[in-house]
Amino acid sequence: MHQVPRFRRGFRFQWEPAQESYVLLYPEGMVKLNGSAGAILNEVDGQRSVGDIIASLEQQFPEAGSLGKDVGDFLQDAQHHHWIELS
Amino acid sequence: MTYPNPSTENTPANPHDAGPPLWLLAELTYRCPLQCPYCSNPLDFAQTERELTTEEWVSVLRQGRKMGAAQLGFSGGEPLVRQDLPELIAEARNLGYYTNLITSGLGLTETKVDAFAEAGLDHIQVSFQASDPELNNAVAGSRKAFDQKLAMARAVKEAGYPMVLNFVIHRHNIHQMNDIMTLCERLEADYVELATCQYYGWAFENREGLMPSKAQLVQAEHEVNEYRKRLQDSGSAMKLIFVTPDYYEERPKACMNGWGNLFLTVAPDGTALPCHSARLLPIDFPNVRDMELQRIWYDSPGFNHYRGDSWMPEPCRSCDEKEKDFGGCRCQAYLLTGNADNADPVCSKSEYHDRILAARRAADHATAGLTGLVYRNADNSRLFFRS
Repeated sequence: MHQVPRFRRGFRFQWEPAQESYVLLYPEGMVKLNGSAGAILNEVDGQRSVGDIIASLEQQFPEAGSLGKDVGDFLQDAQHHHWIELS
Repeated sequence: MTYPNPSTENTPANPHDAGPPLWLLAELTYRCPLQCPYCSNPLDFAQTERELTTEEWVSVLRQGRKMGAAQLGFSGGEPLVRQDLPELIAEARNLGYYTNLITSGLGLTETKVDAFAEAGLDHIQVSFQASDPELNNAVAGSRKAFDQKLAMARAVKEAGYPMVLNFVIHRHNIHQMNDIMTLCERLEADYVELATCQYYGWAFENREGLMPSKAQLVQAEHEVNEYRKRLQDSGSAMKLIFVTPDYYEERPKACMNGWGNLFLTVAPDGTALPCHSARLLPIDFPNVRDMELQRIWYDSPGFNHYRGDSWMPEPCRSCDEKEKDFGGCRCQAYLLTGNADNADPVCSKSEYHDRILAARRAADHATAGLTGLVYRNADNSRLFFRS
């Protein structure tokens, strides 16, 4: 919860109007992110902790209820893919 | 219709409902200090005259980005030959591209590595020819290449870039797989591309001298899998990408994910192509000097030529796999059958598949050394367009 996620060097997260989605760009590759993955990674700024991000998302999407598990699982997955680092 | 930029005036037709070109490959020049005999550049590259100017490239980058291109490769030839590279990098990064520099490392310096980072370059890919200086330099046709590549790979990491190391694999270096992967680990590569040779351009000319045998390939694949396991067990983030040669498949590759689907190449003279080999096809491709990129991509006969499937003859036309592989590679069909409409002869359903089988048999018995290969240089290139 207190860990701070940040993108690994070489990974860039941005909105692509032509694809109408957030994407993650890396050496010679691109992942088109679905809505929830985009919303979560949009909170990653290298400053805020996993707990902060969960709180922020729960505030943005009050109808979604408790998001702690989903967000935590996704960030672990993203770490496993070496997209982000948790420190 | 999901057509981007509907506000553009004189919106061109988009008969196949094509999506945007998400990848733009900018081949800045055909000039290169190396002479690799498997180069994918056209055989007659020395005939290419006026390279696009800085202003013309900037215009291409702007148009491509507006259409939705997000990945940009600066390639060649050796892109470092272009003195305006820092300017182009800065422009590209400013437009929002993810910028990749695909280089031999020759002509690179630590100062340039830092200057490119400042300009916003995202990633550098350095190519190697082998894991030791003797073989590397013999394949590259340059005595100083290997030491320079090592120094530059270190400089790239030192500057904090993610680094891809690329090795084209053929019968003369396929026995080095373990040494190659060990070298990459030592250099702290993030990604390693072990790309078995594809037979276009100079590589097609040299196919007999380059193609590994099936036994060599099976051994290489085994070594890569074992190494990958070791990397996973040790928690290493280094990724191994082993590109297997389609000459040993029974079904063709979905070349470029489909003709004019994702990839747009602009050659040094401004010719726009659906892939970097397509220039060899008997098709007229438009030039960015004469036509807007948007019109080129959506509306030109060259780019619409092999979109959809109405162009397909048998056995592709009635094949239930045609949406999976689009009939394979048009360049390979042309090179091996003389007609680019035909099924890629890699496919066992192709009436020309025996030509692939013959190449496999030849690879089992090949004995020639490096000296028999035609090296990619301007003198040899002139032979191709004079003859």
